[in-house]
Amino acid sequence: MAEVDVRLDRVTKRFHDVVAVDDLSLDVRRGEFFSLLGPSGCGKTTTLRMIGGFEEATSGKIFLAGTDVTGLPPYRRNVNTVFQNYALFPHLSVYENVAFGLRRRRVASGEIRHQVGSMLELVELPGYEARRPSQLSGGQQQRVALARALINHPQVLLLDEPLGALDLKLRKQMQIELKRIQTEVGITFIYVTHDQEEAMTMSDRIAVMRGGHIEQLGAPEELYERPGTAFVAGFLGVSNLLDGDVAEVDGDYSSVRLTGGTLLRAPRPAVNGARRVQVGVRPEKLRVVPISDGSAAGSGDLNTIEGTILDASYIGVSTQYLVETRDGQRLTVYSQNLETSGAGEALADGQQVRLTWKPQHTFVIGQTDDPTAQGALNA
Amino acid sequence: MPRRFRWTVPYLFLVPGGLWLLAFFVVPMVVMASVSLQQGSLAQGYAMTFNFGIYAETIARWSSQFLRSIEYAVIVTVLTVLIGYPMAYTIAFRGGRAKNILLLLVILPFFTSFIIRTLSWKLLLADNGIVLGTLKEWGLLDSGFRLIATPIAVISGLTYNFLPFMVLPLYVALEKVDPRLIEAANDLYASRVQGFLRVTLPLSLPGLFAGSLLTFIPAVGDFVNAQILGSPDTTMIGNVIERLFLSNNDYPQAAALGFILMAAILAMVLVYARLIGSDKLTTG
Ligand SMILES: Nc1ncnc2c1ncn2[C@@H]1O[C@H](COP(=O)(O)OP(=O)(O)O)[C@@H](O)[C@H]1O
Ligand SMILES: [Mg+2]
Repeated sequence: MAEVDVRLDRVTKRFHDVVAVDDLSLDVRRGEFFSLLGPSGCGKTTTLRMIGGFEEATSGKIFLAGTDVTGLPPYRRNVNTVFQNYALFPHLSVYENVAFGLRRRRVASGEIRHQVGSMLELVELPGYEARRPSQLSGGQQQRVALARALINHPQVLLLDEPLGALDLKLRKQMQIELKRIQTEVGITFIYVTHDQEEAMTMSDRIAVMRGGHIEQLGAPEELYERPGTAFVAGFLGVSNLLDGDVAEVDGDYSSVRLTGGTLLRAPRPAVNGARRVQVGVRPEKLRVVPISDGSAAGSGDLNTIEGTILDASYIGVSTQYLVETRDGQRLTVYSQNLETSGAGEALADGQQVRLTWKPQHTFVIGQTDDPTAQGALNA
Repeated sequence: MPRRFRWTVPYLFLVPGGLWLLAFFVVPMVVMASVSLQQGSLAQGYAMTFNFGIYAETIARWSSQFLRSIEYAVIVTVLTVLIGYPMAYTIAFRGGRAKNILLLLVILPFFTSFIIRTLSWKLLLADNGIVLGTLKEWGLLDSGFRLIATPIAVISGLTYNFLPFMVLPLYVALEKVDPRLIEAANDLYASRVQGFLRVTLPLSLPGLFAGSLLTFIPAVGDFVNAQILGSPDTTMIGNVIERLFLSNNDYPQAAALGFILMAAILAMVLVYARLIGSDKLTTG
């Protein structure tokens, strides 16, 4: 296993009676692009601020490259931060903003000039040395904030929603840029965002947070394909969840009987001994076939469920269907418009259809809402 | 208003202020300038003689009071900074919910008259008053010790009276400093002291500048504190001007002194703005 750069060991942060971070443990590996993802108020910023040294943990310990830094002030930690609204020094030029950290560490001025120059090149802002932050656009300020932090070659770079203030197009562009820079400098990034797409695009691993604890931690595709909780399934894209009971185990698969009686198969490790479960499948994994086609029901290997189309909306690359099963559960289906070429060819409302998908695309969520049980699913 | 006269609107807004300045600033200045160049007496009337020599005469005659006024005003300004900066800083950054109450306390003295407050300082500092009298009774001070009629009394009175003029602009400037900038400085290896010196202090310079002007300028010209708390040895230029005008009726000399004082203040303010860096005063 790779070296651990940041370790949080059972860290809790209380503000009066609000528990912002609740007994959180976490390892971030060296050189990793790690994201803290979650809705507003789930404790992402507080977690980041404790790593940076701006908040003191109520209990628990924080390690940087193996050293306990729990009680150290920010200026004694080899960590730098890109703040949410950049927090550039308004009274200093771009050059002095970027040089700030080096000056505090008494680097020789010739060396500073050299380093600021190459750092401004890295963030593609050469020639802007003399400007004041107020004379820059949002995207340019963002780059200065990044350069100001990176020039110190910290062990870890902390970024708190650094792209939050930018418009969509610029944000997409900066996502790619940030990832490029991270690969180029090879520094561990801990990135806070509430945007699941942003986290998925850039991260090596993501910790999905909720109410001060980690709901699930893993690589983006792992979280997407095998969410461990209904919350994670819902937060990372659209998902269809169906209630059922585990019926029997059969080889690599377990059978789950839905409330309506339909029998589905799911990978056995996903079931992991639970009894009452929710079975999930992503909308793009579903194939929708009109029943009038007369194809045999329950075609062997595939999971099959029958229903009626309630609504069809043509959205260009795909058509989105809302399907109601016999027992009243609703599923969303994204059907790629591979062979169709227009709204006219979509299936009509009221049409009886059969939904099929591969059992290995099924994920299973333990019915309990107890976070420890959910944790066990991804152990 | 017809469209083609729209451009006049911003200038129309300046009319009331402009008239005010014309009536109460420009006109008196011109009158004073002319008075300073006249010769004569109250009894025989004054005649314009373009007596520019009076300026040199006046400076030579009152130079010690001039220098004393500047010295006191500089000391007062420094003292109000030393006392007022920590006050403003604490209210701005640590005030929390008490902020408004603390600000109210700062301006509370204005609810009574300047003269009354200075007179009560006279009582406070009196030779056998509540402070010195008690200390003398306890044997902590020599019975001959006095504060009243000393430069200390005048400077204390001035400092007390002008402190709010320093605290309020400093508070306004410090209040605007985003605490995240200080965090950013700490993040970039600045200790608390360095963070203050590199970020908070420069960003509060506009407030420091405004506060210094609001303290220094009235302090140089003040005559109330020296009159109530001082002695002939602490006479300031304000006392001289007052006496020349109201007792001696030597209007030309009084007017000339007024102009010299104004020129001196203007020159010192310009030097001060240079020192502080005037570009820092506008961007911040
Ligand atoms: N300084 C503070 N004082 C009181 N409560 C706070 C403070 N900072 C954060 N909180 C609370 O802690 C919780 C987590 O906040 P935060 O870490 O900012 O969430 P996020 O960054 O995920 O939106 C929220 O309920 C927030 O109101
Ligand atoms: Mg936040």
